[in-house]
Amino acid sequence: MTVIDLSKTSIRDLNQRLHDLNGADRTNEWRITNPNGEHAIAAGLNAPINVQIDGPVGYYCGGMNKEAMITINGHCGWGVGENIMSGFIRVKGNASESVGASGVGGLIVIEGDASSRCGISMKGVDIVVTGSVGHMSAFLAQKGHLVVCGDVGPDLGASIYETIIYVQGEVGRLGADCIEKEMTPEHRENLTRLLRQAEVDAEPTRFRRYGSARKLYHFNVDHADAY
Amino acid sequence: MLAEIHRAADQGVYEIRGFGAKRSLPTFDDLVFLGASVSRYPLEGYREKCETNVTLGTRFAKKPIELKIPITIAGMSFGALGANAKESLGRAASEMGTSTTTGDGGMTEEERQSSKTLVYQVLPSRYGMNPDDLRRGDAIEVVIGQGAKPGGGGMLLGQKITERVAGMRALPQGIDQRSASRHPDWTGPDDLAIKILELREITDWEKPIYVKIGATRTSYDVALAVKAGADVVVLDGMQGGTGATQDVFLEHVGIPTLPAVRLAVEALKELDMHREVQLIVSGGIRTGADVAKALALGADAVAIGTAALVALGCNKAVHIEDYHALGTEPGYCHHCHTGLCPVGITTQEPELEARLAPEHGARLLKNYLTMMALEAQTLARACGKSHLLNLEPEDLVALTTDAAAMARVPLAGTDWIPGRGTT
Amino acid sequence: MCGIVGLFIKNPDLKNSLGRHLSEMLIGMSQRGPDSTGFAIYRGNRLDDSIKLTLFNGMSPSDWDDLAAELEIAVGVSVSLEIRSSHAMVTARCTVDDILEWFARHHPEIRVVGYGHCIEIYKEMGLPADVVGRFDLADMSGSHAIGHTRMATESAVTTEHSHPFIAASDICLVHNGSLSNHNRLRRRLQKYGMSFQTDNDSEVAARYLAYRMAEGASLREALEAALKDLDGFYTFAASTIDGFAVVRDGIACKPAVMAESDDWVAMASEYRSLAYLPGADKAKVWEPEPAVVYSWGREQTE
Repeated sequence: MTVIDLSKTSIRDLNQRLHDLNGADRTNEWRITNPNGEHAIAAGLNAPINVQIDGPVGYYCGGMNKEAMITINGHCGWGVGENIMSGFIRVKGNASESVGASGVGGLIVIEGDASSRCGISMKGVDIVVTGSVGHMSAFLAQKGHLVVCGDVGPDLGASIYETIIYVQGEVGRLGADCIEKEMTPEHRENLTRLLRQAEVDAEPTRFRRYGSARKLYHFNVDHADAY
Repeated sequence: MLAEIHRAADQGVYEIRGFGAKRSLPTFDDLVFLGASVSRYPLEGYREKCETNVTLGTRFAKKPIELKIPITIAGMSFGALGANAKESLGRAASEMGTSTTTGDGGMTEEERQSSKTLVYQVLPSRYGMNPDDLRRGDAIEVVIGQGAKPGGGGMLLGQKITERVAGMRALPQGIDQRSASRHPDWTGPDDLAIKILELREITDWEKPIYVKIGATRTSYDVALAVKAGADVVVLDGMQGGTGATQDVFLEHVGIPTLPAVRLAVEALKELDMHREVQLIVSGGIRTGADVAKALALGADAVAIGTAALVALGCNKAVHIEDYHALGTEPGYCHHCHTGLCPVGITTQEPELEARLAPEHGARLLKNYLTMMALEAQTLARACGKSHLLNLEPEDLVALTTDAAAMARVPLAGTDWIPGRGTT
Repeated sequence: MCGIVGLFIKNPDLKNSLGRHLSEMLIGMSQRGPDSTGFAIYRGNRLDDSIKLTLFNGMSPSDWDDLAAELEIAVGVSVSLEIRSSHAMVTARCTVDDILEWFARHHPEIRVVGYGHCIEIYKEMGLPADVVGRFDLADMSGSHAIGHTRMATESAVTTEHSHPFIAASDICLVHNGSLSNHNRLRRRLQKYGMSFQTDNDSEVAARYLAYRMAEGASLREALEAALKDLDGFYTFAASTIDGFAVVRDGIACKPAVMAESDDWVAMASEYRSLAYLPGADKAKVWEPEPAVVYSWGREQTE
């Protein structure tokens, strides 16, 4: 286990070591202490290492993550796991805006609440939130899954493409072209698998499914007020 | 105008097209150089060197970019362009020692293999974005906007979203792409500074970070790009082209390149950052004269987009029946958005793409770039310069009051610079 | 273009460390705003029959003494003076209008940065660590404060353009974001008799609040009206003699984090400015929702 204290080491040195994994750093277990809300911690990782971060982090923690498993024992700022390619990020606190923005693969689990624009522009990542998400979540979401155990803020799935959303709690005003859809046994199975992967204890039968009405796939003047 | 109103009434949709602004706009044509005479002496052509090299990204990057000519190829997406076109651009740029830029679809193997120096764009849509390509790029260009549509996002219509394009962009095939105008994970220069920090962290601070803006409130925008940590500012004037956007955007938003250059250089000077943060200017650059004038006004380099495509054959008088089928003529075509480009550039159709062989396209573009560089050198030598970057604003005068005011150079034969002295 | 912070003390035992905590919060925002730093602090008790003025001018201490003496003669009552770097805090028993008028007529070269029964405003060019050091913020105590670090857009980085902007007696505002209709709004407010020192959009927001409150609105009502009348992207923190309020526009693209413990309520553009507050790890942390006014005041904590 390598322990790095960010009150003594710079973010630059930390990230360089996590990218290079040279010599004595060729270990799989890392613990980072005193993150104190700094930005870009563990950004750009691309090896299957295990990173625990003890405390709150700032923006873009785990940005563009590939293969690594990152656990944040605290809150996180904007864009956690933005453009994540693969691997796994777990936040044991609340997440700020734009969780998993444009994420392509992998899994992000938020054990608290996520803020607005959760899963914005997502392109294949799976995101599971045990709490609630804020407004404009899954805006322009293209692929992947968003699972919300709590409530959802206004304008869920505005301009959504093919992302599938499962919600247990209350849903207010839906975003442009986002509608409730039928929960088939296949979808329930899909959701069960996601909850299990996320190690989140919730009853799949209590969730509803949301997705694209596909009316905006070709411009039609009669749908102009959706723009 | 009547026809446009009838069309809007019939279809209920705004007009979408490719290319750039068609209205008449002030250009570099209204500036002229003060060549050598008695008080200044020219350089001899050929034997007396006029150097053309430029280094971009000296501010923070570990590996700045060295270019042999100050003319780069602007960002154009694979999707808007076909693979052969991207490869042609890459090959020509490599031979000329300059760079190409990816676009709103991400990086293709063809472009990375063929282009020695490749700038990788980070756009609001993030189509195709991945850290491997970020690291394979030679520079990173954060796109806030482009001159054709400052404030608008990328657009690609269903007919061009083929299986390959759809795969790269994670979109269903054949649908009309809707794109974001803002980035998904930051808004504003204070948050851009943090985003740039992240991009540097992911790439271990190796690569220059460019920030590209469409020309609007240029003084503020350039100052903020510098404060957010940019190594290079790319400024795209109103004449800049696009593969597809609403006609209203092209014609009615943004300022021409001519005043934009001057505003950008003044902003850099006020921050004491001129030449420290390099400036690349684009939007209607067509000739070596445009290049020389942009550099004289203070830019470090220019980028060409539309002009490069024209060199590849855009609007050439061949396959005339195909132009007619689109309802246009060579010389008037702006139908990039249809995907039925008669010369095989802005298309995904294999039969059309076959009309542009990459080796041949590369040759055409290389000729054009060589000519632009030679023209710029000719003008610079005539002004007594041994390096293109030694051109200065005092080498220029304006033929019209508009150009004088916009470029802040005197009207020919006078001391007068209109508009100076007002805030 | 900026970082904003706000801190409201609930536990009177912490009033002595208000300045120290605000310093740390401002330093946490250095990256967002390296050009200039400013803060408004409600220091000491509310002076019901006196006015405090914070003034800016690079004068020498003896020149400030002369000014104080001159002012004493003019208003006929004793005037106390406290100098901090380039600013001086003057306390006098007279009305706000009288004293502002006196300065405008006799000393237009001195900039009045803040005025009211309790507020003091200090703002200067420079990094947060430098500026708070110059003003000895760490030594100041009080009930609440808001602050701002600026990434300047105008070429001249000047003190005038820094935040906070005083809106009216004891009322000021800090802003992170960019308004898009402030020019027309400024002209409208000028017609109602308000004057402006800069072309800054944040100053328009501050004066707009002052206008609404002069018409009888509470701070909360004024901010709710602002949501309708102001267009653009903004997170505002506004303060009055009683407390402070936070609001984000309806699209909410500019960041804001809030935290509340038994001892204090705080806001900042980024969590890292809250991380060092005592008890931050146990505090309730949340993000303000778009188009909702959050406010804390003395009347609520009584």
